[in-house]
Amino acid sequence: MSNTINTAGVGSPVRADRLQTAIQLFGMLPILILLCIGFELLSGRFITLVNLSIVMQQAAINTTLASGMTFVILTGGIDLSVGSIVAASAMVSVLSSLIPGWGYLGIPAGLGVGLLCGLANGLLVAVVKLPPFIATLGSLTAVRGLARLIGNDTTVFNTSMPFAFIGNGALFGVPWLVIIAFAGILVSWVILRKTVLGTYIYAIGGNEDAARLAGIRVAAVLVFVYAISGMFAGLGGVLSAARLYAANGLQLGQAYELDAIAAVILGGTSLVGGIGSIWGTLIGALIIAVLTNGLILVGVSDIWQYIVKGLVIIAAVALDRYHRSRG
Amino acid sequence: MNEPTDGAAPLLEMRHISKTFSGMAALKDVSLSVRRGEVHALMGENGAGKSTLMKILSGAYRADPGGSILIDGTLASIDGPEAGRASGIAVIYQELSLAPNLTVAENIFLGREHRRSVFTDKGAQEIACRDVLSRLGLAFSPSTVVSRLSLGERQLVEIARALASDARILVMDEPTTSLSTLETERLYEIIASLKVDGIGVIYISHRMEEIYTLSDRVSVLRDGQYVGTLARDEITAERLVAMMVGRDVSSFYKKDHRPTADRRTLMSVREIGDGRRIHGCSFDLKAGEVLCLAGLVGSGRTELARLVYGADPKSHGTIAIDGQPVDIRRAQDAIASGIVYLTEDRRRLGLFLDMSISDNININVAAGDARYGGFSNVTQARERAGRAMTALAVRATGMTAKAGALSGGNQQKVLLARLLETKPRVLILDEPTRGVDVGAKSEIYRLIDDLAANGIGVLMISSELPEVIGVADRVLVMRDGRIVGEINATPERPIAQEAIMAYSTGAAAIDA
Repeated sequence: MSNTINTAGVGSPVRADRLQTAIQLFGMLPILILLCIGFELLSGRFITLVNLSIVMQQAAINTTLASGMTFVILTGGIDLSVGSIVAASAMVSVLSSLIPGWGYLGIPAGLGVGLLCGLANGLLVAVVKLPPFIATLGSLTAVRGLARLIGNDTTVFNTSMPFAFIGNGALFGVPWLVIIAFAGILVSWVILRKTVLGTYIYAIGGNEDAARLAGIRVAAVLVFVYAISGMFAGLGGVLSAARLYAANGLQLGQAYELDAIAAVILGGTSLVGGIGSIWGTLIGALIIAVLTNGLILVGVSDIWQYIVKGLVIIAAVALDRYHRSRG
Repeated sequence: MNEPTDGAAPLLEMRHISKTFSGMAALKDVSLSVRRGEVHALMGENGAGKSTLMKILSGAYRADPGGSILIDGTLASIDGPEAGRASGIAVIYQELSLAPNLTVAENIFLGREHRRSVFTDKGAQEIACRDVLSRLGLAFSPSTVVSRLSLGERQLVEIARALASDARILVMDEPTTSLSTLETERLYEIIASLKVDGIGVIYISHRMEEIYTLSDRVSVLRDGQYVGTLARDEITAERLVAMMVGRDVSSFYKKDHRPTADRRTLMSVREIGDGRRIHGCSFDLKAGEVLCLAGLVGSGRTELARLVYGADPKSHGTIAIDGQPVDIRRAQDAIASGIVYLTEDRRRLGLFLDMSISDNININVAAGDARYGGFSNVTQARERAGRAMTALAVRATGMTAKAGALSGGNQQKVLLARLLETKPRVLILDEPTRGVDVGAKSEIYRLIDDLAANGIGVLMISSELPEVIGVADRVLVMRDGRIVGEINATPERPIAQEAIMAYSTGAAAIDA
């Protein structure tokens, strides 16, 4: 039983609703800011234009993967294969960029590989009806093998990559990596919040059975979310190839899926599905990048960085849960 | 409240209980007493405060300062669920709270296992479990896995669990909602035996017959306030309804739409079946008709409705709208053909509880309203939601409020609004008034009547016979997955409950 109020006084309760939404959106923002201030106090050189630009570049690829991951997790699924997809699409991207006169082909080729892998995941989940964890665990391994196969298990280079600027250049002082990652966030926001498809994604995550009864083509929507996650991972591969002028099927993208999932969860998206926002994901990805960068600046050893990062992620999410259960 | 004058304190007394949620009063100075061996019914519309009061009793909520709870005349401080249990209070919730993968015995002693150091003493536990089960006259074994039990049996296990924890005050929140007639009768017998043992039962229900059958006294809450208590011999439906809604509900059921003789057939269903539970069902639904599907729980009514709607695959049979065959394989095909379905389980199969009322209302039409190839039409959505909420009198803080925060009646109205936005021609309603308060019930009846008057064909499933008789133009009775009887209502001769029961139970011959 709940406490309903008459529609008469609509003004203030709506504002209360909005406030709650705002808290949901920016739940982790205070922690991000606190971390920034903390690292500045400890190192004295965290908040500089140069360093913040580095942090954002470091966040870019994870932000891209996490954008796609947000779609999947909102439907109550998970995509473990994104790290492997990064490797495969980076390999294809570098190799395609070697084609004389057609170097730019590396970009669509990398995106295409990601999209195809994502489609395969989507079909396994939506049509074969495998649990997402199993389906993408399988493709995590299989696509990794594929990535190694593509380059005969070697590192491939292209020192004169025509689109290397998107990994290293800047537009009016803003790194292209950051622009592209932010554009990815914006596109995701538009899809999730401005389109009917976005509503369907939230609906399926909230109640898949009800969505099916309401006539929503659940399978098609699921294929879409895995496909877009794959494509974002493909974009991550392209960015990584452009940044490094090279790709390696064995090492590239190892454990990237874990950072992407961590970013989404830090961003307040529920693993059960149906609740969450893309802006939260952005903040989550920034928190992870700030931690990585800040711990180095402060001079924490590599081993301790892992431990501290893990604990901060756990503490932040625990704090968030506590906050919400009281709110 | 009149207390017995024999000097003994009542089993339970709740005095001057108030509860405020973020500035809004959910309960205002409510008092309630329960005697030993009494069934005390608690009634009120959804949102009246019944559940809040019971949550305070069980320790799930804490009352505002100023109130007190006395058990056997001594002050009990119930500051948490653990304290509630320790005080002998057990609540059997509508949503069952058993672990389906564990056995009956494990469930009954969950959290209070018989132990031998760190090990569970399964032997002792089974013996204790057998004790409780036999006390309730239950036939199943302690080692049965709960998922194999029917919903009704699970409810009985919950009661067993309460008794095993030496509960003296048992709160039952709409316990018969998911029970068959037989199981309900079994429950009544058990309640009678609990009374003999001196256990006090607080019984929350919307069903009048149950109140007549079971209760020694009835207390009514309205808008968080105590309205009054009736003793057994004072109980009448009119009085209770008037107390609950605070106004005179003269015509509870409304049947103004005039069935005309020359109504054309809107939907014809022929020999439909799924090869398992539904066999060769055929019927016609006319425009402007309210056709009720009656029958016992488990007779296949919901399954038939889901087949028509395309929610489950059918193995044979055809459906035609206006004489044109339609191929319905999925829900979206049915919606496109003008057939919509209101589920009986709105929380699990109907609503998106975390989404706004507006999104819930618009979900079926959002794709059609979309602009520029898929962008949500926010203006249109707001207009639709606003109009629908006014038309159906949905009481909420606003259209952006989450559907999960609404009371049962308002949730049902939101679902109905969603269906009506698709401009359906055939409306299939599965238990449309289940878990809905009296006020909303009467509003839903009025809505059904209006829709029929506008030429919509309504196929309604209902387990409440007075409701079937109150709204139906015609009744089909199902048994064992088949349609076994048809009863027409005429102004001179209304449908008789006995006729429906006779078909449902198989007491009447086909074509009687």
